[in-house]
Amino acid sequence: MKPPPFHYHAPRTEAEALALLAELAPEEGRILAGGQSLVPAMALRVARPSHLIDINGLPGLDRLEVGDGQLRVGPLVRHAMIRRESVPGPLGALLDKVRGHIAHLPIRTRGTVCGSLANADPASEWCLVAATLGGAMLARSMRGDRMIAAEDFFQGFMTTALEPDELLAGLHLPVLPEGTRWGFHEFSRRAGDYAQAASLAVLEMRAGTIAAARIGIGAVEDRPRRLPEAEALLTNRAPTADLLRQAAAEARATLLPTDDDPTRPALAETVIRRALADAAGIELP
Amino acid sequence: MTEAPDATLAVILTVNGERHAIRVEARRTLADALRDNCGLTGTHLGCEHGVCGACTVLMDGEPVRACLLFAVQAQGRAIRTVEGLAEGGELSPLQRAFIDNHALQCGYCTPGFLMLGTAILDRDPDISDEALVDALSSNICRCTGYANIVKAVRAAAAEMREKVPA
Repeated sequence: MKPPPFHYHAPRTEAEALALLAELAPEEGRILAGGQSLVPAMALRVARPSHLIDINGLPGLDRLEVGDGQLRVGPLVRHAMIRRESVPGPLGALLDKVRGHIAHLPIRTRGTVCGSLANADPASEWCLVAATLGGAMLARSMRGDRMIAAEDFFQGFMTTALEPDELLAGLHLPVLPEGTRWGFHEFSRRAGDYAQAASLAVLEMRAGTIAAARIGIGAVEDRPRRLPEAEALLTNRAPTADLLRQAAAEARATLLPTDDDPTRPALAETVIRRALADAAGIELP
Repeated sequence: MTEAPDATLAVILTVNGERHAIRVEARRTLADALRDNCGLTGTHLGCEHGVCGACTVLMDGEPVRACLLFAVQAQGRAIRTVEGLAEGGELSPLQRAFIDNHALQCGYCTPGFLMLGTAILDRDPDISDEALVDALSSNICRCTGYANIVKAVRAAAAEMREKVPA
């Protein structure tokens, strides 16, 4: 179908965009970034914003910067701009792998990382990355800037802590130290489809044992989250096939899937086990 | 702000090097503007929500879904459509390869695949088989002619490599 009518605004500066958002948010005014989720939702008539504030013409919002141990992803950084060579160390390799699971090439050239986070689809790969790595979101409005930790940012199915007048002005991710081990695994019926289950595991190894573990699950509950029970089980232990299997089974027992698809818990356990196996460098089916 | 949401806006599109001065509602997608305002009906619309890829065009050289962009957003950008592939009445190597390799049956998805394939070869003419299949999975062909589409893109890549001496 065709999108319903709306007022179009193309501000020239970020300040102008924030002023428009503050004024129009009470009238269902929305930010238009990549539009790869919002515009389909409009075509399907599940979103009917009365005003769209297009930020694509704003200069300087497509920066990908590294400093103070953080990667800062600006609001107009497209999925396709996230590449191994643009981010140092294991984080670059991790994000590069994740990017390949996001939709398809013509969507990745246009869709934005921050747009995915603001949309907060439970199956979004970037939301899983932010939740697992302990990312923080920079929310900006005329009232000022504030940082929102991932665990507070994702509040439920396509629901975030952003206020209506706030622009998601950036994602901050910790740069992972050299030697950090990671694994990402996603199950979807066809390449580029929404994940039915996805997991990211990040292990900090010290002298053959797991010094710290971060394990995240996406596309299963109403929002991505870490799995503290499984993380605790792994910490200060040497990774073995049995231990990883046990951790994945433990994680599965704590999940509260949003649907009653009987395959979901098994898919979740499988992607967690595979992500852990990749991180630990252990072959596990 | 006082304008009604269905008021029309003046937009200038640059398509295949030609300027088109049009008036469209803000909600008019680039795909509809190309077809209905510019008369360039080579760009096809399948699903109208970004899944099928039939409307794929190039914007500043990047493949995009023309159904997920509003025409007003394409102002000042260089748009390339399937009508812009042939030069001087001569089909592009990829168009020729589609014919030679039977890469189309009903032809509905063909303009989208041609633009996607053009973008893929522009980016990486030596793309691996695995990456090519992954990139071509962006678009849907309901005659399921994927194997021949892959063959055609490979053939075009080989022909283009021969033409450009290393």
